[in-house]
Amino acid sequence: MSFFEEFGRYLSSANSRVQILGDLGDHVYLALLPLVIGIVLAIAAGWLGHRWPPARQVLTVLANLLYTIPSLALFVVIPGLIGSKILDSVNVVVALTIYTTALLVRPVLDALDAVPPPVVAAATAVGYKPLRRFFAVELPLSVPVLAAGVRVASVSNISLVSVGALIGTGGLGVLFTDGFQREYFSPIVVGIVLTLLLALVVDLILVGLRNLLTPWTRVAA
Amino acid sequence: MITDLFRWFGDPAHWSGPDGIPQRLLEHLGYTALSLVIALVIAVPLGLFVGHTGRGGVALVSAGNAIRALPTLGLVTFLFLLFTESVTSTIIGLVVLAVPPILAGTYAGLQATDHGVVDAAEGVGMTGWQRLWKVEVPISLPLVLGGIRNAVLQLVATAAVAAYVGLGGLGRFLLDGLAILDYSEVIAGAVLTTLLAIVLDVLFALVNRALVPRGVRLATAAATGKKVAA
Repeated sequence: MSFFEEFGRYLSSANSRVQILGDLGDHVYLALLPLVIGIVLAIAAGWLGHRWPPARQVLTVLANLLYTIPSLALFVVIPGLIGSKILDSVNVVVALTIYTTALLVRPVLDALDAVPPPVVAAATAVGYKPLRRFFAVELPLSVPVLAAGVRVASVSNISLVSVGALIGTGGLGVLFTDGFQREYFSPIVVGIVLTLLLALVVDLILVGLRNLLTPWTRVAA
Repeated sequence: MITDLFRWFGDPAHWSGPDGIPQRLLEHLGYTALSLVIALVIAVPLGLFVGHTGRGGVALVSAGNAIRALPTLGLVTFLFLLFTESVTSTIIGLVVLAVPPILAGTYAGLQATDHGVVDAAEGVGMTGWQRLWKVEVPISLPLVLGGIRNAVLQLVATAAVAAYVGLGGLGRFLLDGLAILDYSEVIAGAVLTTLLAIVLDVLFALVNRALVPRGVRLATAAATGKKVAA
């Protein structure tokens, strides 16, 4: 049977279509939930590091160290640390949250450093308290640098979720283990193509969001 | 959990033979080193060419980003079905994943080189070749090495995942442990893989210090406002 016949038969089966859609849904959830939590944590950590230099040192070293941990190793260690079951998908969410946060701490710090001091001084002068100033002035101005980091993290998360299939969590990675066990190319090819498409679509959405959040960049251009 | 882990590491049976720690560690290092060398041979000249001439930069960056989105497990299982042999298919997969970060680092390094400096080198009569090796490469070395460092971390992590298609290396402990639900073996594998990644990362920081010319280190430090021992 040629590859295309096999492929046609695979896609025409209602069973495999249902499985593919289910895996895709799991994949979106497992990749994007950590992205959102990671952004929030990285902003909090960046705020702390920006205001308090000793924390900055610790955060930078810690982020670098966490990012060094190989994905499969981190996935299997999480249950031992938080007491979850080894097959629980929460392990993948926690692990990818750690990666996202570790990846974004640096861009958040750089972005906050790059806010021009006169802007901060002006905001203070018109009466912004530090916390409100952070959310209304400093954070919006860091969006362009932050967005670049978020795009890298999103591609990396979408690609890493598949490794979770080795510890039994869902997502498109299931198509890879399935195809491998049945010596069957079609699920693997579908999984790879859908992962790439998902990464592309999410990236386009992120670029759109960034443009929406930074209207001033278009006025300047 | 910690006591089980110590008991696992304390068992002499885990330190010898074809599935002992030293053998698995050597295998893991071997796959990493071989793929790194092949990836360097492909990516560094290509990155230098594109960065130096400025031709094909956009195509290079977008191709690199697309490869970065490739799921490692999908790539490895696909190649295994194609070649039905775990070492060949994994090495090809590892090379594919290691090329983009090295390429991106080399290209970005050359792109970030101050045009004034390159013009000055041309002005004092350096040929294109001299400009590349005596000016552009030393100045871009930190970014080039940064790219190689990312590639190494990626290789160590992916070689562990490739244990799924039957590759040796430290990933074996992780997946064999999972298969028989021996959690201390799983954790031991995770600890060993992580230690290997951290040790290689530290070695890289040292290589970086040794290779990057003092003038470039001082200039970078001045730009970021840090002090270094000159």
